[in-house]
Amino acid sequence: MKLIAAMSGGVDSAVAAARAVEAGHEVIGVHLALSANPQKYRSGARGCCTIEDSHDARRAADVIGIPFYIWDMAEEFHDGVVEDFLAEYAQGRTPNPCLRCNEKIKFAAVLDRARAMGFDGVVTGHYARTQITPEGKTLHRAIDISKDQSYVLSVLTVEQIAGAIFPLGDTTKVDIRKEAAERGLAVAEKPDSHDICFVPSGDNAGWLRDRLGSETGPIVDQSGTKIGEHKGAYTYTIGQRKGLGLTVPTVDGSPRFVLKIEPVSNTVVVGSREELAITSMKGERPVWCGAAVTSTPTRGFVQIRAHGQALPCTYFFDGTNLHAQLDEALLGLATGQAMVIYDGDRVVGSATICETN
Amino acid sequence: MSSIYLDHAATTPMLDCAIDAMTTALSKLGNPSSLHTPGRSVRKDIEEAREVIGREVGSLASEIIFTGSGTEANNIALKGLFWKRRAEGRNVVLISAIEHHAIIDPAQWLATHEKAEVIEIPVTNDGVIDCAFVEEFLSKRADEVALIAVMHSNNETGVLQPISTLVNLAGDIPVHCDAVQSFGKVPLSFSELGLTSLTLSAHKIGGPLGIGALVLKRGIEIPALLHGGGQEREIRSGTLNTPSIVAFATAIASHQYLSDAVTKLRDYFISSVHVLLPDAILNGAKSARLPGIVNFTFPGTQSDTLLLLMDSANVSCSTGSACSAGVHEASHVLLAMGHTEKTAQSSLRFSLGASTTQSDIDYVLSVLPDVIARGRAANLS
Repeated sequence: MKLIAAMSGGVDSAVAAARAVEAGHEVIGVHLALSANPQKYRSGARGCCTIEDSHDARRAADVIGIPFYIWDMAEEFHDGVVEDFLAEYAQGRTPNPCLRCNEKIKFAAVLDRARAMGFDGVVTGHYARTQITPEGKTLHRAIDISKDQSYVLSVLTVEQIAGAIFPLGDTTKVDIRKEAAERGLAVAEKPDSHDICFVPSGDNAGWLRDRLGSETGPIVDQSGTKIGEHKGAYTYTIGQRKGLGLTVPTVDGSPRFVLKIEPVSNTVVVGSREELAITSMKGERPVWCGAAVTSTPTRGFVQIRAHGQALPCTYFFDGTNLHAQLDEALLGLATGQAMVIYDGDRVVGSATICETN
Repeated sequence: MSSIYLDHAATTPMLDCAIDAMTTALSKLGNPSSLHTPGRSVRKDIEEAREVIGREVGSLASEIIFTGSGTEANNIALKGLFWKRRAEGRNVVLISAIEHHAIIDPAQWLATHEKAEVIEIPVTNDGVIDCAFVEEFLSKRADEVALIAVMHSNNETGVLQPISTLVNLAGDIPVHCDAVQSFGKVPLSFSELGLTSLTLSAHKIGGPLGIGALVLKRGIEIPALLHGGGQEREIRSGTLNTPSIVAFATAIASHQYLSDAVTKLRDYFISSVHVLLPDAILNGAKSARLPGIVNFTFPGTQSDTLLLLMDSANVSCSTGSACSAGVHEASHVLLAMGHTEKTAQSSLRFSLGASTTQSDIDYVLSVLPDVIARGRAANLS
């Protein structure tokens, strides 16, 4: 096949590209420039679109022996990922930008462009597997569960999965680093990237404050009584306990947690641990990674964080929204996150959580 | 198959005669500043090369200052002339809006670090500087102008600039001219143009990389950027690069670039593209242009996609624009000519050289329509 390998400058995408070449594909390396004003150097483990990273990607492509280009996706990334991230926070929700990037950039803008140019698909260094089944190509968890990225890929449609190649899903990260060193790739020991790539300082709250302002507002309990003041509602997360700065203690001295963020009234609602518990969730804008979920209640697992646990549940689709009923109560679930349904290690689909009960 | 190279304006193959001259010089011992026999011998080689280049560019041999690149020559001229003239109370640097970054960036540096006032001369939609603007500006502020810098021809569009007219308008104001693209391609005479300084580069004419020259009018003394052994009129210290200098002179003296033949191939290419892709727009179409540079806008495409597809089809061409971290920005040249960001980013530069053949052009024409079609599809996706 003719493939575009998305190369971030990190070890995973470099090995993925090398493996695709070895598998006999015709591969062209592409580094996505996602920042209009890239920093010169990486700062620690953050960021993946500095000039240094693009240099690392180029050198990896040289070693692998494939052509290399840089595609400017800064505008698409800003509009589709950064703006979405801000808009979600402004509505009191907690988005996952990596998921949006896969949905709108890597397997949309890049894959579409690649296909139009005559390529068959996109290779990435994600830790996930695909399988060819009679029902089509399906998406599965990686062998290395600690690195599994199927959660952030759960926004891919059947059509997108068909054009996605994940050569690393059958290997552990430790072995990928070894393989990179054996292949003579200089990025073998490069640190993993964490956090949000477009917040190079790592200070999410500060970054949000700079862009959304820091209008103070009340922190109230479930009865509506003001018991504190916040500096920008969106810098809080559901389930957050620390850093609330509350001046009125509870009667029994028990801790309080953020239950709800109300952007319109700029209010943060807090309450007890028990009030934080939820047993069901509803997700909007569902995407199916294979056969569509039906209205028949089905047993499976739901995962609500990138590296969270798979929680046993019963799920169904009401024609508009995806529902999951948990077997056991869960503490602290923010809307805006993705609920990803698994059938064993297969990704069934996902939706953006819009309601919890 | 081997690749078709249509990026001669970026760099062009080194000529065999230049490689031979350089190889011979590489095995010759001697520092040209040394007083002994080997030193004098390589010094002689350099002075002969200087005379050859002087003849070719219409200057005195003593007006040639060898540098490490065209960029360095432009930096020496801009900064040196500015400092010299600022001491006389003149602070304005007048440059065209379509200069190479090797002029724009030192000018911007002077603005940032030396408080120079940089004024850009606009260009017409056909890519020629607006002489009326210069005339108007000088009628009001001639006394404040430290120097004027306008390129002889543009590296992206090939459009030739009215240097002679500009020098007349400038009067006593020094005029610097970046002639990197024009040298060896079109008639060029430093003395006839009446310039104060002019920049040349060897690797654009079949010489080696890493050697350039500043032609600086006799008697003009400017502050140096590099200080040391006092070589090159104490304006450019550093041991002279004899092998590269010798190869530079050999390349230009060989006259292997046949302007008429290149022009003919270029015109064939242009007319064929117009037939194959009727909506393609030739930039600078109405202006006098260099024989070898063709710049087309292909509406509805994105140049970095086109470049990848052309490269995959074994054709090397260029977007002509500056790269920042490998990201193609809209060309400031095309923007200055009235393009929008979008159309400027839909353009490709094809540059022909002495070695370009009819079959090269025919091959490019055979792949271009499919590349443009795919590029359009990718842009819509």
